[in-house]
Amino acid sequence: MRHVISVQVENKSGVLARVAGLFSARGYNIDSLTVGTTERQDVSVMTIVVKGDDKIIEQVKKQLNKLIDVIKISDHLISNSIQRELAILKVSVSPSKRLEVFQLAQMFKAEIADMSQKNMTLSIDSDPESLDKFIELLRPYGIKELIRSGRVSLLRG
Amino acid sequence: MKLKGSQILIESLVKEGVECMFGYPGGVVIPIFHYLYEAPFKFILTRHEQGAVHAADGYARASGKPGVVIATSGPGGTNLITGIANANMDSIPLVVFTGQVSRNMIGNDAFQEADITGITRPITKHNYLVQDIKDLARIIKEAFYIATTGRPGPVLIDIPVDISNSEYKFQYPDKVDIRGYKPVYEGHPNQIKKACSLIESAKKPVAYVGGGVILSDASKELRTFIKKTGIPVTTTLLGMGSFPETDPLSLHMLGMHGTYYANHAVNESDLLIAIGARFDDRVTGDISSFIPEAKVIHIDIDPASVSKNVEVDVPIVGDCKTVLREINKIVKAPSISKWIEHINKMKEEFPLTYDKKSKGIKPQFVVEEIYRLTEGKAVICTEVGQNQMWAAQFFDYTEPRTFISSGGLGTMGFGFPAAIGAQLARPDRRVVDIAGDGSIQMNVQELIVAVEHKLPVIIAILNNGYLGMVRQWQQLFWSKRYSHTSMAFSPNFQKLAEAYGAVGLTVDKKEDVEKAIEKALSVKDRPIVIDFHVDKEENVYPMVPSGKSVKDIIIRELA
Repeated sequence: MRHVISVQVENKSGVLARVAGLFSARGYNIDSLTVGTTERQDVSVMTIVVKGDDKIIEQVKKQLNKLIDVIKISDHLISNSIQRELAILKVSVSPSKRLEVFQLAQMFKAEIADMSQKNMTLSIDSDPESLDKFIELLRPYGIKELIRSGRVSLLRG
Repeated sequence: MKLKGSQILIESLVKEGVECMFGYPGGVVIPIFHYLYEAPFKFILTRHEQGAVHAADGYARASGKPGVVIATSGPGGTNLITGIANANMDSIPLVVFTGQVSRNMIGNDAFQEADITGITRPITKHNYLVQDIKDLARIIKEAFYIATTGRPGPVLIDIPVDISNSEYKFQYPDKVDIRGYKPVYEGHPNQIKKACSLIESAKKPVAYVGGGVILSDASKELRTFIKKTGIPVTTTLLGMGSFPETDPLSLHMLGMHGTYYANHAVNESDLLIAIGARFDDRVTGDISSFIPEAKVIHIDIDPASVSKNVEVDVPIVGDCKTVLREINKIVKAPSISKWIEHINKMKEEFPLTYDKKSKGIKPQFVVEEIYRLTEGKAVICTEVGQNQMWAAQFFDYTEPRTFISSGGLGTMGFGFPAAIGAQLARPDRRVVDIAGDGSIQMNVQELIVAVEHKLPVIIAILNNGYLGMVRQWQQLFWSKRYSHTSMAFSPNFQKLAEAYGAVGLTVDKKEDVEKAIEKALSVKDRPIVIDFHVDKEENVYPMVPSGKSVKDIIIRELA
């Protein structure tokens, strides 16, 4: 199962290497990792998406907790958090199909970031499920390039 | 008053009560050594940085105080790696200082530059690169705190040379406040109650005790616990000495080369009480067939060790000493007289033994003689391999911190420098390094350090002309193809000792063993090397082959 682990860390050099090193040294595979600043200058948050059964996730959390620079860890579920990802896609779209893609973009609140004779470049930030769906709907047109950010997540309430 | 970074370092060590430091100088630490010259604590100049870090490790294990080490940048730092990893695996508190090139040169591939914080990140409990002189005193304070609290371990501080040379007001902090590091010492009262009720109703309980009991200084509490409950005790390699092996309830060591009765008792148990142990693969063997019927209580200060390898029924996260003290207040003894009878029968039937009638010198006999002639009071250090296992099996340890051995990492070359550290920590005891002819050669250069400081460490080489443990595996599992395990070419250890100014003895007759050890014990002002020419193909038994279960235990040589 995929878990979203939100890790508050000291905003210091070397912390990312510690966290990333822990994953590689113990053979845990990271799906995505996002690091960013928070409302507190001295605290960063790493949002880590990791696959594994409950036992592995438990061990991942315990090992992360052992790092001196880790302040707090929480497991975020779709139901209790707001989760976002960003994707930018370059899709090959002939002029006759532009309207279709444009409508699709509107439906998903994606932005047309760039356009050329043959291609449209779309940018979308949304919850990861909608993002997946959007990508699937665009696939038949021919996705030439796709880049996706890691996830950010904040607990509700 | 403003002090230089170098002086701040030394003043901080004084504040920490450091009595002994181990190390080796070099370019970027000259400023620090400049002030070490007048430091009010002992400085031991080893002949290799690896020797320094192992000596500090041995000092820490023998004394219970953190070991303190310094080395220069680049090769100085990289030479420490094995020793740091060794301390990390066995949870030994070390504070390690390395010099670094000056801040404006970092990343430039400068002379003797290595990214030592990067290299040591996975093998330290924590590490620091000092980037501002105003952080130096706080970092040192934190390093000692982190190294010695919770599950202990090595902490490294990398100090650029320009930081050592710059000046700042010295004020050593009184307190440490690290928001991400709050080790839990008290066990949860409900968990403790649950554990006690499991203990009281157990029919076949065994206490499985690890190095955590020694690290938390809980040997007394453990003995009280056993006295109150009458539960038999087995220890890991690193747990030896926490409970007297002379006690009828001692099952001695368990695991790959543990006793038959310890391994069988654990396997048949209905309750395993793990105290400061981590279910290492050398203990469990095949994990899927380990303790098929037992419930597990696990007391450990490291939450990540609990339910890592084995599912635990009652986890108690906390310090062994504190938790055992609470347990001792309420626990009641189970009725297990039948169980004890059964165990005693196994003890009688399958004791640790060897061919005592052999004409040649059996290595086990040498260990037994050391035990007898030191009246069991020696501090024993070991190298790694057969010598280590025989030292574990044939010497009855009764006190904590008297058996010093590289457990987790299994580092050959650890024992002798560790013995130097142990002898410095325990001038009141004889320290004996039980060595092999292979491993002693890995750090033999430190002999001169023992000579210089008049340390009467006895190095008992169980010389069988082989890298014996690997040879044993080759014999048993690799069709006796002794690929590159012969040590037929070795130096004359007696002459080597004499060249260093130590006493050298060679023993090749069984009847001379006693005399040689007595002679060694009579020397009080220098190290003594005894080269025991032991039976070449003696093996360590019993043996649970790697990855197998207790059912596959090999009790002795197959015909």
